[in-house]
Amino acid sequence: MDYFWGLFISGLTKGSIYALIALGYSLVYGIIELINFAHGEIYMIGAFTSLIVVSLLLMEGMTGWGALLLSLIVAVIYAAAYGFTVEKIAYKPLRQASRLSPLISAVGMSIFLQNYVLLAQTPDFLPFPNLIPEISFLKRIFPLMTPAEIAILLTTACLMVVVTFIVKFTKMGMAMRAAAQDRMMALLLGVNVNRVISHAFILGSSLAAVAGVLIATHVGRVNFYMGFIAGLKAFTAAVLGGIGSIPGAVVGGLVLGWAESFGAGYISSDYEDAFAFFLLILILIVKPSGIMGRATQKM
Amino acid sequence: MLRRSFFVSLWFSFLTFPIMVIRVNTIEKTVNWRFGNLLLVAVGSFILSLLWQYLFARREKMTKNNSAKYRAILSRFFSGKIRFVVGFAVLLFPFLLSTYHINVLTTALIYVVLGLGLNIIVGLTGLLNLGYVAFYAVGAYLYALLNHHFGFTFWICLPLGGLVSACFGLLLALPVMRLRGDYLAIVTLGFGEMTRLVLENWSDLTYGPSGISGIAPPTFLGITFGIRGTMIYLYFLMVAFCLLAIFLVRRLRDSRIGRAWVAIREDEEASRAMGINTSKAKSIAMMIGAAWAGMMGVVFAAKTTFVNPASFSFLESAMVLSIVVLGGIGSIGGIIIAAFAVILLPEYLRFLSDYRMLAFGCAMVVMMIFRPQGILPYHRRTYEFKEVHR
Amino acid sequence: MSRDEVLIIRNLTMTFGGLKALDNINLEVRKGEIVGLIGPNGAGKTTIFNCITGVYKPVDGDIFLHPPVGKARRLNGMAVHKIARLGVARTFQNIRLFSHMTVLENVMVGRHSRGQSGVIGAILRDRKTKEEEEAIVRQSYAILEKVGLNAMVNELAKNLPYGDQRRLEIARALATDPFLLLLDEPAAGMNPMETMGLANLIRGLRDEGNLTILLIEHDMRLVMNLCDRIYVLDYGEKIAEGTPEEVRTNPQVIRAYLGEECYA
Repeated sequence: MDYFWGLFISGLTKGSIYALIALGYSLVYGIIELINFAHGEIYMIGAFTSLIVVSLLLMEGMTGWGALLLSLIVAVIYAAAYGFTVEKIAYKPLRQASRLSPLISAVGMSIFLQNYVLLAQTPDFLPFPNLIPEISFLKRIFPLMTPAEIAILLTTACLMVVVTFIVKFTKMGMAMRAAAQDRMMALLLGVNVNRVISHAFILGSSLAAVAGVLIATHVGRVNFYMGFIAGLKAFTAAVLGGIGSIPGAVVGGLVLGWAESFGAGYISSDYEDAFAFFLLILILIVKPSGIMGRATQKM
Repeated sequence: MLRRSFFVSLWFSFLTFPIMVIRVNTIEKTVNWRFGNLLLVAVGSFILSLLWQYLFARREKMTKNNSAKYRAILSRFFSGKIRFVVGFAVLLFPFLLSTYHINVLTTALIYVVLGLGLNIIVGLTGLLNLGYVAFYAVGAYLYALLNHHFGFTFWICLPLGGLVSACFGLLLALPVMRLRGDYLAIVTLGFGEMTRLVLENWSDLTYGPSGISGIAPPTFLGITFGIRGTMIYLYFLMVAFCLLAIFLVRRLRDSRIGRAWVAIREDEEASRAMGINTSKAKSIAMMIGAAWAGMMGVVFAAKTTFVNPASFSFLESAMVLSIVVLGGIGSIGGIIIAAFAVILLPEYLRFLSDYRMLAFGCAMVVMMIFRPQGILPYHRRTYEFKEVHR
Repeated sequence: MSRDEVLIIRNLTMTFGGLKALDNINLEVRKGEIVGLIGPNGAGKTTIFNCITGVYKPVDGDIFLHPPVGKARRLNGMAVHKIARLGVARTFQNIRLFSHMTVLENVMVGRHSRGQSGVIGAILRDRKTKEEEEAIVRQSYAILEKVGLNAMVNELAKNLPYGDQRRLEIARALATDPFLLLLDEPAAGMNPMETMGLANLIRGLRDEGNLTILLIEHDMRLVMNLCDRIYVLDYGEKIAEGTPEEVRTNPQVIRAYLGEECYA
């Protein structure tokens, strides 16, 4: 039975990470109908930036979760900056173009960022220190989970609440929702659509950065290629749950996380990555609008 | 304009500071500060920003097709005498150059054909297939396995590879039939990755990561050549394939099915309203493109005599895509030039090869923004009508 | 059911989510007629077109097609391209041309469904394929002459002026060899002179081309001049039908367009 719970927890953990990244895809896709292929790379840059800051801080003698927190803040700032910049360079000039152009540009951006980090840093897998403290009362509540896993779960839950709040109750959130529903109309009503899009990218990138730092802590290492597969799967999660929907990102993430965990645990661990792919095909055939999505005529 | 570039430079200096300047190595526990890079970024981004602003202002003019001029120059270039000279040179190359150079040229030719194949899927029909490498892998492994287990020769496996890959193409086409561009891209990407995954893990069938070696090179009427001989043989084979591919693409482009593909790319809904069975047309495009890649896979396996999953990653798909994008979606000449550039430049400018992928990514973005029609844009065919009525 | 009917729609209902876009629509079009479909924006006119052409699958009701040759068919849920091949052609409310293809090629694509050659033919260019290609080119040119666009054959569709683009859409639809032509706001954005030319074109198509035409339009003068009969829609329901004279003086129609106050 412990085996089952072990898988359940690892699925929960993975799913939370997917959900955080998936949210970034959803926010952007909802407004400009573009899959931000480079989103996975933002997640990776968040992780790398955090590693750099943590290493510096540790060298200076700072210890523990304070260093981690500080690096997280810096990582978020930088990831948001990267996301903002990517949008301005690779997507904004192509907003009027055909569907194919921004897509190719996005793929190009993704490749560029991967290799940028590869060349500027290293192709190696760099170890990431584990700085999350063991809080005893938490350990009693969640006995089977490591501190990193607890951190992931709690952080994701909190962030989901925060994001929902932002989208539902703040002015910017409402502007985002308006732009997602009807960009032209929002523009005509005086919404600064450019600003809204930038904000969507900033918010999404920030979430991805947090995911990156959490995963780096949990898995214990970072690598320039980590964004590629994670991005692909997170996108699957977003589609699974219903692209454009925030609860959908969570649902999709968790479903995918559990599918992978249990699939790897009970069916085959070699083909863990394949489960995501099959789920993607399945949902696109059966219900393209996703689990939580509203069925639309166009696809 | 200068002020803008100044701020852009400042921004990028800030943005790239951690990753460019601070090199961390947590294995060896070292930190490397490279302030030289900071200067590089600051100056470089300043200059690039100026360039960007300049090009942006002229963007309208750049995307306009002044290639009527190009075309005139080019058609004169490729007329009679030049063609003869070029053809002569092509035939003579292998006997003048070392095996290494022949190898590079042959590789470039393989990518020309791959580019032309992907062009049918992406360029003509508008299906952004990011998993093209899967078809390439299928062909290569087919030959590797059939040769390894049963001794099938190259010439038998060549059409077989095309056929089996075409089936794979159909397999991929089925789920993506109703999908829109973005979703299609992701699914095809997943398809490519899954193929590599299967190749790596189904060791019983594919011998896993260690791959299959000792694949027989192609023979000519039963004669097996030495290393150099095989290289030359493959070179000529690829030249023939290239010509065949060019011929086929031209024929297809200018036909009923070719027009249907372009119509689907332009507006699928309207195409359907005109009576085009878009599912069938898309499947056919996918299958033809796949068949080409499959056959090239067989050639690749014969050329390198060794296959393993690592040669069939997303990198390959990205390279072929960048060739199609750079060359000009739909343009044959452009794709040829792009394929040669993409393969030859990193080989002969060795110091560049590390930056190869970086350049591809950059090129894809830049091309889409400034010159989406590619180096050598393709023009729709014009027709002439004599005045019948007055 | 008289032999004359080409299109019969009975109890057509269409919903999107909770919204009822069409409610129990009944409509007939007889051979050789020009029938108008009018109503305020959002009344459901294009939705009817989409149901007929197979873009939407009706939630309830029937759409029957009676081609001049061949048996009658129920169109509900049939694939779009199959319906087009039966002889139902359409234009779109927002112009949907193949922008990066030439004018001639746009029309040639329209001829696609009347051709046979496939990949093998394309590659071999055997005699049959070549003859078919030449026929396609010839026929497309003839259609362009009919709509008056033959001077622009090699121009890219996106470079055409607006009015010509609308004509090109009609030419493309004609190329599919239809017996029923659905025109969705063909005069939108046209000036009075262009509109007059359009009216002549449409009348010519009906008179000489043996076409039956169902027309969505907002330009009332065009509708009144051109149509034999008119159906009026509002909020997804048919509120009136009849000759232009009958419809023009129908109080319900006036109310739908002008609001409650004006009764005339």
